[in-house]
Amino acid sequence: MAAGTWHLAVTYFWPDSSQFESYSAIVLIMANQHQLPFEKPIYELEAQLSKLEAEPDPTPVVQESIRRMRVELTQMTRERYENLDPWDTVQVSRHPERPQTSDYIELVFDEFVELHGDKSFGDDRAIVTGFAKLDGHKVMLVGHQKGRTLKERNECLFGCAHPEGYRKAMSKMEMASRFGIPIICLIDTPGAYPGVGAEERGQAYNIAVNLRDMSTLEVPIVCVVIGEGGSGGALGIGIGDHIAVLQHAYYSVISPEGCAGILWKHNKHADKAARALRFTSKDLVELGVVDEVVSEPLGGAHRNHRQMAMTLKATLAEALQSLDGLPKEELLDRRYERFRKIGVFEEEAVV
Amino acid sequence: MTTTDKSGQRTWLQDMKRPKRGVPEGLWLRCDGCGATVFRNQVEENLNICSECDHHFYVPTASRIQQLLDLDSFEEWYADLRPVDPLKFADRIAYSERLVQEQKRTGMTEACTVGRGYMRGRPLVFGMTDSSFIMGSMGSVVGEKLCRAVEQATEKSLPLIIVSGSGGGARMHEGIISLMQMGKVSAALARFRKAGGLFISVLTNPTMGGVAASFASLGDVVIAEPNALVGFAGPRVVQATCKIDLPDGFQTSEFLLKHGFVDRIVHRAQMRTELARIIDYCVH
Repeated sequence: MAAGTWHLAVTYFWPDSSQFESYSAIVLIMANQHQLPFEKPIYELEAQLSKLEAEPDPTPVVQESIRRMRVELTQMTRERYENLDPWDTVQVSRHPERPQTSDYIELVFDEFVELHGDKSFGDDRAIVTGFAKLDGHKVMLVGHQKGRTLKERNECLFGCAHPEGYRKAMSKMEMASRFGIPIICLIDTPGAYPGVGAEERGQAYNIAVNLRDMSTLEVPIVCVVIGEGGSGGALGIGIGDHIAVLQHAYYSVISPEGCAGILWKHNKHADKAARALRFTSKDLVELGVVDEVVSEPLGGAHRNHRQMAMTLKATLAEALQSLDGLPKEELLDRRYERFRKIGVFEEEAVV
Repeated sequence: MTTTDKSGQRTWLQDMKRPKRGVPEGLWLRCDGCGATVFRNQVEENLNICSECDHHFYVPTASRIQQLLDLDSFEEWYADLRPVDPLKFADRIAYSERLVQEQKRTGMTEACTVGRGYMRGRPLVFGMTDSSFIMGSMGSVVGEKLCRAVEQATEKSLPLIIVSGSGGGARMHEGIISLMQMGKVSAALARFRKAGGLFISVLTNPTMGGVAASFASLGDVVIAEPNALVGFAGPRVVQATCKIDLPDGFQTSEFLLKHGFVDRIVHRAQMRTELARIIDYCVH
């Protein structure tokens, strides 16, 4: 089983992580069940490697080839993941085993006190909100939750939130602002839910209110796109002082399928749309839309939840620290300017 | 209509019968509301409203300004902002090419016009998006113009009216930069609101997606023209997701009024009077 290899790798990276080893191994077994097309050679090599490793009494020759194969495997994985096509990036960001908000709650935060409900209509499971502790510091955590099991996914609607979800998020963030608690938003949604109920309950209005009111919250806000940053549904909890994106996440004005359906007249051209939209982490930094790319473990976050969580934790802590102690006016002016300056156009010189 | 002859080719007769998309050219208009054939001139003289069924047709920017503001009172701002192609985006045609085509076809440089004007003697900042230019979608120029207009209204303590006609929401040809315009304009509106400004948002057919999910929904008072399509996700997307027949009148102004997201539905002929009256209630 390839999981064995990665079990070793996990131990190598995190020698003090014995309690997480079994967890990571389980995740890897599951990850193996969802192979992305471009990952095929990696998994094939892993299978060969684990076959060799399984030999009860390896000769020096076998040991040598195991060693060489491991080097080759690392190289191959790195090469594949460094040259991902934007459409492949979309697949990675949607990987069923990619860590979600609930995983980060387990792995990044010391404590989580969930707060449910928007006190108006219901409790949207697609957005999780609550108090959390990051290295002992109090924060308000808001995050999309896609769900992993079928049951969970049906409840969370794959992270597609309804108006009540955005309302819940806003009310908790507003409370956090009143009590001086910094806010962390983890973005992971294909988009806000496009349904009859969502329209009846004011999807557009509630997202708009979040955009407006998040810009005036008097505490630091750090947003991280951890998987899919789908359009208005992502931006609805995406107004902040520091905006980061995981290496293989994407953040787009429209899903590649939606864009292809409109401009290419068929969603089978989603790969072309993905290339045209320039939404990978690298593009987002170049376009000046995000402040930071958070690097992922070799082979993507789905291969090593714990390592990803540790990197994310460091990123969050650093971002919060850099914003800590800024006077309110300065914080709000900076946030305003951060979005104000985005836009590319020509203007004739005013005489 | 997708009928074809036996060889799968469209016949010349079917081509002739095929209805034209959008607003047809020529002397006659076919009303989208009642299907009646009406004189174009007659409709235009009647504020682009069908005399048979009161259907509100599309109104171009210049006519809208004429309908709402006092004669010759409009002073356009930032008319020299020009769109560029930040992503080097190309679908079946390049975005830069599409921009040139749209500019030629509409005679406008972008989908948005902002400026200062008077409404029955009341000074105000006025902005509008025109659905004929790439579906009135919001890219950098639209976002920037609106944002500056809101900032000017804040600075000059003037009421603000934005008439939205955007079927496209955020403009996908400018990718993530378009999405960020939603945040940018909304943040400007937050400051305007805090400064005590009055913002009236007027929704016209169609106001969808990222435009509906930002400034268009944020009016202190939200007015809609009758039977305009207003919503977040397009009706076809909703139908594909829910796999049910959409309720009658789904995402119309009346639907939004019923569900509590529009303050008033106002007939185009009364629009100027109604807007002026609301300004009088809030601005002293």
